[in-house]
Amino acid sequence: MTAPLISVKDLTLRFKTDEGLVTAVNTVSFDIASGEVLGLVGESGSGKSVTAKSLMMLNADNSVYDEGSKIILNIDDREHDVLSLKRPAEQMIIRGGAISMIFQEPMASFAPAITIGDQMVEQLMIHSTMTRAEAREISIEMLTRVGIPEPAQRFGQYAFEFSGGMRQRAMVAMALSTKPRLLIADEPTTALDVTIQAQVIELMKDLVKEFHMSILFITHDLGVIAQTADRVAVMYLGNIVETGTVRQVINSPAHPYTRGLLNSLPKLDDLDSPLTPVPGDIPSPLDRPSGCIFHTRCVESGDIAEKCRTEIPVDSIDNASHQVACHLARQGDQA
Amino acid sequence: MSDVLIRANNLSVHFPLSRVGFGERPVVRACEGINIEIEKGSFFGLVGESGSGKTTLGRAMLKAAPISNGEVIYTDDDITYDLGTLKGPELKEYRKRAQLIFQDPYAALSPRMTVRDIIAEPLEVMGLTSSREETDTRVREIADLCRLNLEHLRRFPHAFSGGQRQRISIARALVSGPKFIVADESVAALDVSIQADVLNLLNKIQRDSGITFLFISHDLSVIAHTCDFVAVMYLGQIVEAAPTRKLFSETSHPYTKALLSAIPSLDPDVRGHAQRLEGEIPSPINPPPGCRFNTRCPQAQERCRSEVPEWREMSSGHHVACHFSEELA
Ligand SMILES: Nc1ncnc2c1ncn2[C@@H]1O[C@H](COP(=O)(O)OP(=O)(O)OP(=O)(O)O)[C@@H](O)[C@H]1O
Ligand SMILES: Nc1ncnc2c1ncn2[C@@H]1O[C@H](COP(=O)(O)OP(=O)(O)O)[C@@H](O)[C@H]1O
Ligand code: SF4
Ligand code: SF4
Ligand SMILES: [Mg+2]
Ligand SMILES: [Mg+2]
Repeated sequence: MTAPLISVKDLTLRFKTDEGLVTAVNTVSFDIASGEVLGLVGESGSGKSVTAKSLMMLNADNSVYDEGSKIILNIDDREHDVLSLKRPAEQMIIRGGAISMIFQEPMASFAPAITIGDQMVEQLMIHSTMTRAEAREISIEMLTRVGIPEPAQRFGQYAFEFSGGMRQRAMVAMALSTKPRLLIADEPTTALDVTIQAQVIELMKDLVKEFHMSILFITHDLGVIAQTADRVAVMYLGNIVETGTVRQVINSPAHPYTRGLLNSLPKLDDLDSPLTPVPGDIPSPLDRPSGCIFHTRCVESGDIAEKCRTEIPVDSIDNASHQVACHLARQGDQA
Repeated sequence: MSDVLIRANNLSVHFPLSRVGFGERPVVRACEGINIEIEKGSFFGLVGESGSGKTTLGRAMLKAAPISNGEVIYTDDDITYDLGTLKGPELKEYRKRAQLIFQDPYAALSPRMTVRDIIAEPLEVMGLTSSREETDTRVREIADLCRLNLEHLRRFPHAFSGGQRQRISIARALVSGPKFIVADESVAALDVSIQADVLNLLNKIQRDSGITFLFISHDLSVIAHTCDFVAVMYLGQIVEAAPTRKLFSETSHPYTKALLSAIPSLDPDVRGHAQRLEGEIPSPINPPPGCRFNTRCPQAQERCRSEVPEWREMSSGHHVACHFSEELA
């Protein structure tokens, strides 16, 4: 078996704040194979973005990784221990080289006073031995690929001159121009209309196929996940509570939280079923519940509520690909 | 026939921009020739892409955007208001009856006011209560309806989650006892669980109190679950309007069809069947001639580029503006 492109093992990330140490990610493990799309879902604040930023060492200065946290990137038969890359020169392999990131707010990833084109060229020249002319040619070609009309003119414009949809596509173009092995897309379509979202999703799928790259696709929209991901990881309050293939997780969700998310979705083909929200609010990361992290909102704990309140559920493995952190699943309740 | 609470007749809202050089002054035609009737006690949905003019239409119905052409008429029991000319004490009365909710958890809630003061402010500004006790009683009543307790009322808004902030905004809009509420959703989607909770709360308020809602969203599946009537907006115009079930079972406008097919299916085995809409919504400064949708419409024909489609009734309560609706069905 070939090693996964990236392997995250027991990642625990805390932030030093005035109110104390905040646990944002707790013993998270997942792999992404070459050419695979892993969808990461969860409510806002569950830790999706900070998990993603860990892969590129982009978290804020007040972050602390626990001993034992490991992120291994396998490129060209070489293992890179990401969290141990301390010097900027060593980090070059990840930042914009092997890994690229697309953000939810495209304005954030373009400098306001530099043209879109110059930023693309700049990035390409850092990561390759290209000449400026070559970099310009590739940039315009990428803008064309993502469906930006009149790319040569657009090349000389600033981000604020682009519409929301165009900015998002320009960001995809910039992120893919260095031909990264892993693309991290953090809510790339959340701020877009469904019509434009459909275009961007289509575009990302095409490019993934063409460049054979892997994607970590972060969203809170299960419909978008169903349409893009091969496998899914569901995150709640810094923990991954369920992972499986997209069919396993969407068609037979094994964790009560995953079922809760699905029950609160409005479905067009079933207008009569009520929308059932997950009761209560997500707890503060400063005040993480004991036992099962989800017990304060779980409607399924019933008889075993006491166990849920005190004992941390261990991942149970239904089969090689479907893992659930819930006491019920351990009782063999779920297929 | 049931009563209409508020109607727009041939309503246009134009925003003049500053002139560039010589020539005509450019005008943003945010709403153009809109006809809608919102029945008393209904949950009326308005859906469309960003920039289609939903917020502007909602604001015109609250007399918070200029009415450039046509009229907006509000009728309730004993009174009829023509919003275009409304002023003085009557406008003050209308402000009590018509309220706005931003469906954005991060919308401005003053960080230096307690939740109690945020909810009480409209009462004080409009002079609706005569003592602090009366204000407190009213605030508590409304807070309770929105599942906010006494402890919440003493705190400041930054300490609240997205869902709780939404319920604070709703309480603030309800406190003056409105008859008509415009609930405007921003594009950035909420968490599904919070969204479901807020939708259920708004629906409950409508059932219990009979308040009429104009519910603005970019998400057709949300609209389908919440509203009893839907109007679809594109580039400043309503292109289709119908009772919710009819809109989905007898979709008659190509734009409505496209919006529907762009919703990502929850079924991993149904991938990539979206009827893709190319390009983006054109500028409302120079809308395309003929049918405004013709630059993106997969069904467009020569006639669509010159002739404006008529707003016509397909069946009872179902209106559409497309030359070729019959051929779509
Ligand atoms: N005060 C104003 N001056 C000039 N143009 C305006 C003004 N208000 C709105 N517009 C323009 O009118 C059009 C309709 O805007 P509106 O905010 O009503 O759209 P919307 O459908 O609510 O969009 P969204 O889904 O993004 O909220 C847009 O082109 C907008 O830029
Ligand atoms: N620099 C930081 N300092 C303190 N807390 C932070 C910092 N960055 C993120 N967090 C906290 O980490 C948690 C997870 O955040 P995030 O990954 O952004 O969530 P998501 O992307 O799932 O919405 C949140 O509680 C957030 O407030
Ligand atoms: S372990 Fe208990 S509380 Fe946690 S998800 Fe399972 S049933 Fe619910
Ligand atoms: S009138 Fe023509 S362009 Fe407009 S929606 Fe109908 S078919 Fe399309
Ligand atoms: Mg995030
Ligand atoms: Mg709006």
